[in-house]
Amino acid sequence: MAVQTPPVLQEIIDDFQDMHEPDRLELLLEFSDNLPEPPERYAGHEEEMEQVVECQTPLFLALEYTDEQDPEVTIIVSAPPEAPTTRGFAGVLLEGLSGHNASTILSVPDDVPNQLGLTNALTPLRLRGMSALLGRIKRNITEHLNA
Amino acid sequence: MSTQVPVETSDYAHPEKLVSTEWVQEHKDDPNVVVLESNEDTLLYSTGHIPGAVKIDWHTELNDPVTRDFIDPEGFAKMAASKGISRDTTVVFYGDKSNWWAAYALWVFTLYGHEDVRLMNGGRDKWIAEGREITRETPSVKEADYPVVQRDDQTERANKAQVLENIGKLPLIDVRSVAEYTGETTHMAGYPQEGTLRGGHVPTAESVPWATAANEDGTFKSREELTKLYTDDAGLGTSDQVIAYCRIGERSAHTWFVLKHLLGYESVRNYDGSWTEWGNSVGVPIVVGAEPGQAPK
Repeated sequence: MAVQTPPVLQEIIDDFQDMHEPDRLELLLEFSDNLPEPPERYAGHEEEMEQVVECQTPLFLALEYTDEQDPEVTIIVSAPPEAPTTRGFAGVLLEGLSGHNASTILSVPDDVPNQLGLTNALTPLRLRGMSALLGRIKRNITEHLNA
Repeated sequence: MSTQVPVETSDYAHPEKLVSTEWVQEHKDDPNVVVLESNEDTLLYSTGHIPGAVKIDWHTELNDPVTRDFIDPEGFAKMAASKGISRDTTVVFYGDKSNWWAAYALWVFTLYGHEDVRLMNGGRDKWIAEGREITRETPSVKEADYPVVQRDDQTERANKAQVLENIGKLPLIDVRSVAEYTGETTHMAGYPQEGTLRGGHVPTAESVPWATAANEDGTFKSREELTKLYTDDAGLGTSDQVIAYCRIGERSAHTWFVLKHLLGYESVRNYDGSWTEWGNSVGVPIVVGAEPGQAPK
């Protein structure tokens, strides 16, 4: 499968790249602030969501699919306010990828987290947490398609 | 000069090193006080902090990536000055996760001999839990003057060679989780694997996970409880020298604070190379399993 970044995600990456490093963290904070709450039906059911254990703080992930052969994927994430970096990463992936088709998301390059220009500002551990989240999203989709 | 800022009393060995949230509320705007927030999640400060508190980023501001060491004397002087800190300033540290990273920053200031450093008991969580004011407003800091002073790497810090030669001679405290100590895992639960090749601990090290020193609300346990944990159960007794380590030296900075300032052990050194260095090193012994093990012959 060809590696390709959907335009919405590419725009976000460009926004990050156009900034100086401290401003990039401010932008990440905006994504954290604007991370949508999981829909009501997930409230109190975090244990039914998939836990992204690679993240430094508890982060729960759920994916919803439409019925098509190449389904539209809705990404749902729950992360506590004490974890703004994790929330910020989740916000970037949510805004950049949620609502796209499965095939589009699967073709996103795995190194997207490294393209945000935050490798100096954040520890490698944190960036790996974001890579892990993308990896989990892709794996969940692959499993869904093979089911 | 620093004696102008009042201290709080408690039955800890060095009560002046610990302040309460009430104390910070009352003194944070004193002219000779600077409050520094040090968090694991470095974005957390921007989501809201104690009014007037200045952010310190342990990852980008205390480390020198080229030497894989702490910043040099010029770098430290510049960093401190930029946060409005002079040599005689009372610097109060607080942060997330029971002050784990706050203790780490405080320890680095100690390496540079900054005399009046204090920790806010309970950290960020306690301040917020008490409903005290937080703000997103970044304070404007008036640049101060800070002298260039040499870092002392002997008194409060241990390196790999020193740990190696002291196995079987000095008490060692491993403050990581039990699973890391036994070698079942090489990283904390919920944290990504960081590429340590071997799991286990330094021969003879006693296991006292760092968080056992903290209460639910992030404050430190009482002196009596801490004495039982370290002096009695971990067998430190009346030893006058201790070395603590963890994975990269952050959790053991918290234990260093407990042993040094709350229990009053004379000489406590933090081995900041910790398991990330030891577990990957050629030619150094480890022990796997729950027992401290013997010093190699």
